[in-house]
Amino acid sequence: MKIHEYQAKSVLARFGVPVPRGEVATTPAEAGAIAKKLGGGLCVVKAQIHAGGRGKGGGVKVAKSAEEAEQLATTIIGMTLVTHQTGPEGKKVGRVLIEEGLQIDRELYVSILIDRAAARPVIIASAAGGMDIEEVAAKEPEKILREHVDPGVGLQPFQSRKLAFGMGLGADAATKLVKLLNAVYKAFMETDASMIEINPLILTKGGDLLALDAKVSFDDNALYRHSDIRDFRDLSEEDPLEVEASKFSLNYIRLDGTIGCMVNGAGLAMATMDIIKLAGGEPANFLDVGGGANAEQIKNAFRILMADKNVKAVLINIFGGILRCDVLAAGVIAAVKELGVRVPIVIRMEGTNVEEGKRMLTESGLNFTTADSMGEAAERVVALAT
Amino acid sequence: MAVLLDRQTRLIVQGLTGREGTFHAKAAAAYGTKVVGGVTPGKGGTTHEGWPIFNSVHDAVRETGANASVIFVPPAFAADAIMEATDAGIPLVVCITEGIPTLDMLKALLFMAGKRTRLIGPNCPGIITAGQGKAGIIPGHICKEGRIGIVSKSGTLTYEAIHQLSTQGMGQTTCIGIGGDPLIGTTFIDALRLFAADTDTDAVIMIGEIGGTAEQEAAAFIAREFRKPVVGFIAGQTAPPGRRMGHAGAIIAGGQGTAAEKMEALTKAGVHVVKSPADMGQRMREALGR
Repeated sequence: MKIHEYQAKSVLARFGVPVPRGEVATTPAEAGAIAKKLGGGLCVVKAQIHAGGRGKGGGVKVAKSAEEAEQLATTIIGMTLVTHQTGPEGKKVGRVLIEEGLQIDRELYVSILIDRAAARPVIIASAAGGMDIEEVAAKEPEKILREHVDPGVGLQPFQSRKLAFGMGLGADAATKLVKLLNAVYKAFMETDASMIEINPLILTKGGDLLALDAKVSFDDNALYRHSDIRDFRDLSEEDPLEVEASKFSLNYIRLDGTIGCMVNGAGLAMATMDIIKLAGGEPANFLDVGGGANAEQIKNAFRILMADKNVKAVLINIFGGILRCDVLAAGVIAAVKELGVRVPIVIRMEGTNVEEGKRMLTESGLNFTTADSMGEAAERVVALAT
Repeated sequence: MAVLLDRQTRLIVQGLTGREGTFHAKAAAAYGTKVVGGVTPGKGGTTHEGWPIFNSVHDAVRETGANASVIFVPPAFAADAIMEATDAGIPLVVCITEGIPTLDMLKALLFMAGKRTRLIGPNCPGIITAGQGKAGIIPGHICKEGRIGIVSKSGTLTYEAIHQLSTQGMGQTTCIGIGGDPLIGTTFIDALRLFAADTDTDAVIMIGEIGGTAEQEAAAFIAREFRKPVVGFIAGQTAPPGRRMGHAGAIIAGGQGTAAEKMEALTKAGVHVVKSPADMGQRMREALGR
C-alpha cells in the first residue's frame, strides 16, 4: 500500500527521523495559515499525490511569503498533475503540504527494502541525492552504497558510519546519520514497510540531517496488524474498479486494451495477457479470480470486467485442476444471463468434467466460443474483438 | 527415483482439520501419498477423517515417523508453523499458505539457517512426483509418469505446463512450485541442483515471472553447470511497471525485473525460451529431438 508524503513523514517522525516542520492543507486559506504559523517566510508548497515526479510536473513550488503560499495553493489544489508516473490522464490534487524552507548544503539518498536474493533488509545510500536513483544506478553505479542488515541483531552503528563516510560526510554528520538510520530501520521493521525511500535526505547549512522528501510503502499482507497504517489508505488515489474488485478478493488491475481477461492464478493471468498480445490483441486488464472461484466470484468478476467500456470481448481461461468445469460453466451462464453481457466470450477451461462444461456452454444459446488450448483461445478472442 | 518426494514419504498436514487441509489431505491420500496424520494445536488426541491429530509437530513426528509436512494454516500463523516443523527436524516442509507478511518470512528463514529442513514455498502449489505422491494442491490427474522435471513460481501456470507435457506424451518426474513471494525457501537454483543429480530427470521446464532477479541468477547457474535441456517461460511480458501482478513478488520496480531482461539472460544461458505459454510442451519435444 502506498501513502502520501505527509503521511510518510508523520510515520518517520514518530520513530525519530528528523523532518522539516510543516502541515497539510486542503484549502488555500489553510495553506496560508500554516505558512504564517511556520514564520511567514520562505516555505514550500507540495502537491500530495501518490505518484513521483511532482516537481517536474509543476506540483512543487517555493513561496517567499504566506500570501504567496496561499496563492500557489490556489493553483495547485484542484489541478490535474501529470507526471511520468501518473499516466497521461494525470492525478487530481486534493491536498498540499506546506513546509518550512531550508538552507540546503548537500542532497543525499537513503532507502531501505528487502534484498530478495540475500533474504535480508538492505540499506542503500548515495551521495547523489535529489536525482532519479535508477538513473544514478545505471550511469554511476559506484555512487550507490549498500549495507545488508542482519535481522537477528539489527543495524549496527559501524554500518551506518561506513555509509556516512562513503558519502563523504564529516564526523558530526556521520553521528547524526547513525541515529537517523537507526530510526529508519526501526520504522521499517515495526511498520512492516516494504520500502522507505528518503530522497533527498538533506544536510542543511546549519549541519542538520532532515528527510526533505519521503516515500513509504507497506506490505499489504501485514496490514492486518497495523490499523493505524490502514487508515492512511486514500481511495481517491486508486482506480475505482480496482477498489471495487478488492472488496470481493478479486485481484484486478485495469489496463488500456480491449480484451477482458478472467483467469485463476496470478501467473496464468499474466501468461494469458502475454498470449493475447502475441496474438495481436491488447488485454484490458489483469484479473485473478483466485483458486476457489465459485459462481458468486465469477458474477462479481464479470460485473467489474464489463464496467470497463473498452472491453470488446472476454477471454476466460480457467485451469481448474480441482474446480469442476460443469460448476464453472453454470456460474458463467448464470452471470452472463443475469448481467446481460453482450460481448462475445471465449472460454478455455480445463479440469474435472470438462466435456460436460463445454456441452452446457454450447447448449445455453448464449454468445460463447470454447477453445481447447490457450493459443487457440487467444486467437479466437482477438478475432472477435477486432 | 525423482526428487524430494516419493512412495516412502510420510506426510503430515499442519492445519489438517481446516477446510483446505482436509480437502487436500484426502486428495493426496487418494493419489497414493502416505498421509500419516495432522497437527492442529488444541485438537491433539482426536482423529479427523481417520487420521490422528497432534498438538505439535514434535508429537506427530514422534508418533508417526513423519518426514515431510505440508502447511495449510492461515497467513498470520504460517511462519510459526514453518519454524515449528523446522524445530521438529522435518526434512521437507511445503508451505501452501498465501499472504504471509514478508517480515514473518524473514524471521522464519533466519530461524531455518543452518538447520536440516528444506522449505518449499510459501504461496505455492506444492510438489508432486508423478505416480508416487504429492504435498500440496497440484491436481494428480493431469500428471503422467515420465522424465521431465518442472520448477515454477506460478501455480495454475504449472498445471498448464504439466497438461501440455502430458497431452503430448511427455511425463514428469517431479513438479516443484517454488512460489512467487519475495522471500522463499527453495529457489530455482536449488531445484535445478536436485534435477541435475536425478538420473530419472532428462530435461526441465522452468517457469518464471516478472520481479526480482531469481531467473537471472538461475540463468547464470545454468550457463555454468546445468547440462540438461531447459525450456523456459517468463510470465508478465506485457505487465506494466510499478503494478503488483497478484503475487507479492511480481512487480517491475525501477525498471528491474522485466520479462525481457529475464528472457534474454535465459536465452544467453542456452535455455529454450518460449514467448508463448502455449508452446512449452512443443518446445520441450523439439529440445529432446522428438
